[in-house]
Amino acid sequence: MRHTISAIVQNSPGVLSHVAGLFSSRGFNIDSLAVGETESDDFSRMTIVARGDDATLEQIRKQLGKLINVVKIHDFGSVDYVERELALVKVHAPAGKKPEIILLGEAFQAKVVDITRQELMLEVTGPEAKIAACIDTLRPYGVKEVVRTGRIAMARGPLMEGTPRDSGAMARS
Amino acid sequence: MKVKGAQILIQALEREGVDVAFGYPGGVVIPIFDALYDSKKINFYLTRHEQAAAHAADGYARATGKVGVCIATSGPGACNLVTGIATANMDSVPMVAFTGQVKTNLIGNDAFQEADITGITRPITKHNYLVRRVEDLTRVVQEAFHIARTGRPGPVLVDLPVDVSNSEYEPTFAESVALPGYKPTYEGNPRQIERVAEAINGAKRPVLYAGGGCIISDCCRELRQLADKAGIPVTNTLLGLGSFPGDHPLSLQMLGMHGTVWANYAVHNADVLIAIGARFDDRITGKIAAFAPGAKIVHIDIDPTAISKSIRVDVPIVGDAKRILKKLLPLVKKRSHPEWLAQIEEWKKKFPLKYGADGLRPQYVVEKIWELTRNRDTVITTEVGQNQMWAAQFYKYSKPRSFLSSGGMGTMGFGLPAAIGAQLGRPGSLVIDIAGDGSIQMNIQELTTAVRLKLPIKIALLNNSYLGMVRQWQELFYHRRYSQTVLEDNPDFVKVAEAFGAKGIRVTKRDEVVPALKEAFRSRECVMLDFQVTREENVFPMIPAGEAVDRMIGGMA
Repeated sequence: MRHTISAIVQNSPGVLSHVAGLFSSRGFNIDSLAVGETESDDFSRMTIVARGDDATLEQIRKQLGKLINVVKIHDFGSVDYVERELALVKVHAPAGKKPEIILLGEAFQAKVVDITRQELMLEVTGPEAKIAACIDTLRPYGVKEVVRTGRIAMARGPLMEGTPRDSGAMARS
Repeated sequence: MKVKGAQILIQALEREGVDVAFGYPGGVVIPIFDALYDSKKINFYLTRHEQAAAHAADGYARATGKVGVCIATSGPGACNLVTGIATANMDSVPMVAFTGQVKTNLIGNDAFQEADITGITRPITKHNYLVRRVEDLTRVVQEAFHIARTGRPGPVLVDLPVDVSNSEYEPTFAESVALPGYKPTYEGNPRQIERVAEAINGAKRPVLYAGGGCIISDCCRELRQLADKAGIPVTNTLLGLGSFPGDHPLSLQMLGMHGTVWANYAVHNADVLIAIGARFDDRITGKIAAFAPGAKIVHIDIDPTAISKSIRVDVPIVGDAKRILKKLLPLVKKRSHPEWLAQIEEWKKKFPLKYGADGLRPQYVVEKIWELTRNRDTVITTEVGQNQMWAAQFYKYSKPRSFLSSGGMGTMGFGLPAAIGAQLGRPGSLVIDIAGDGSIQMNIQELTTAVRLKLPIKIALLNNSYLGMVRQWQELFYHRRYSQTVLEDNPDFVKVAEAFGAKGIRVTKRDEVVPALKEAFRSRECVMLDFQVTREENVFPMIPAGEAVDRMIGGMA
């Protein structure tokens, strides 16, 4: 199972290494990690896409919560949320192929952000599946380079709630 | 008034109540040692290796409940602390380690004696800091001590570049720390506490499984009240020894790989298992699927990550064990379980801890140490291996903080420096390091420290000229191929002791054991007792790693 987990962290040196190191030293699988500023200067938000069974995801949430610099954890597992990722895709595009590729890109609302004699660079945003489909569609033309930001997410409706630290653990019953 | 960062550090330590610190000087910490030179409140103790400084701070913390402090220089000094920090981390020992660092403008430059110690210690500390500005120093020290001693305690490392130690600044101290991401849970959920009471009140074959957390949370009295009131037998983890009196009729002694048969059978057959301040370590559970198969499992722990990490728990409670037990006690009915206790007694009679009557047996030595010291205020430290397991099996600990051993990390070389820390923290106690001939040589240089400080520490060396525990595994699982475990080239330990200025006593016969121990315990000197024990003795019973109770070997017939 894959979960998108959001962590509010203090803006202090070393916080990224604490979070990234936790995943490697505990053997957790991480698909992407995106870090950026928030509405406050004191905190950053990390959006993490992690994989594992229920027990592993429970441990990931709790271990993240235990880090001193991590202030709040939110797992999007059970709420309605918007997820986005941005990808830059460089496609092999000789003169005759350019209109065709641009047209295909439009089906994914991909924008052309750079044109050279032999290449097109497209910018595509959206949920992961859409980006994957776009790249897949462009593949026959020759995808030369892909850069992705990793997923970011936000819950719909009111403010996101952090997981309280004293929340009961997973029960066997 | 503006003062140097190093002086601010000493002021901050004094404000935290630090009166004892261990360590070793070096280039970039000279300013700190210079400031220490003037401190009237901090007694600083020089060890002969930084690892020993960390273990001594650990032993001091375990013996007293206070925060242990150690200081080392950058690079090799800091790296030498690593094993000691990891040891404290695994066993939840409050410690603050200070390391020097190269100048801030040289960090990352592969400077002389530079090591990225915050990077190195990230997975083995509760938290760590690199102080880049002298303005942050008081806040960092306050936070470090707060983090080390609260919640589930643990080591915190503070890395101090030498230019920060030399910068001048007028320090201010905050009234309290502000850590928005650190709020340990102390009060257990009341509904969960009621569920625990229901489970206990309905139990037919209950067992309490008490770990080191009981000692840390100081709930030994409440644990005993609970056991007595609800008539529940208590088994201890290695680190839990001393939290419940080992000679109490309800004590099952230790469980797990080298636990007693009756403790392991009781857990295996329990219908309700109440874990308090314990973490279902693999040395306890063996094969997870076969651990306490019929039991409803209650888990009380301050660390939410400990819950359902390896064993899935039916009733979890996150919080401080003492506060939770205080609320639980009135909800628990007064009961007794005569049939259950009779069953356990039968197992105990059928499968007692035993050893051969001939020769100088290591178990006999431990048993005699217990008999001669049971009525004294005694602290036992251990090394790691067979010596540690016999010290756990044959000494019946009756008080918390009387047994100091590296449990989670299993660090050889822990016992002697930990004994030094314990003796300094508790000058009136009799401190004994139960050691093996392999382990003692990992920090034997600390005999210098013990002798110089006139510490009357006793070292009971169970000398079999083997790395006994590894040899035992080789005997049982590797066709007696004793690869690199034969230590027949050991030095003469009596001469070694004497060369360091300690007293050495060699014991080769069983009837010499008691007189030698009496002589050592009377002495005000540091004494090394070289017990030349039967060589191929095994620690039994033993459940092989990852196996279930039914695969137990030894102690069954």
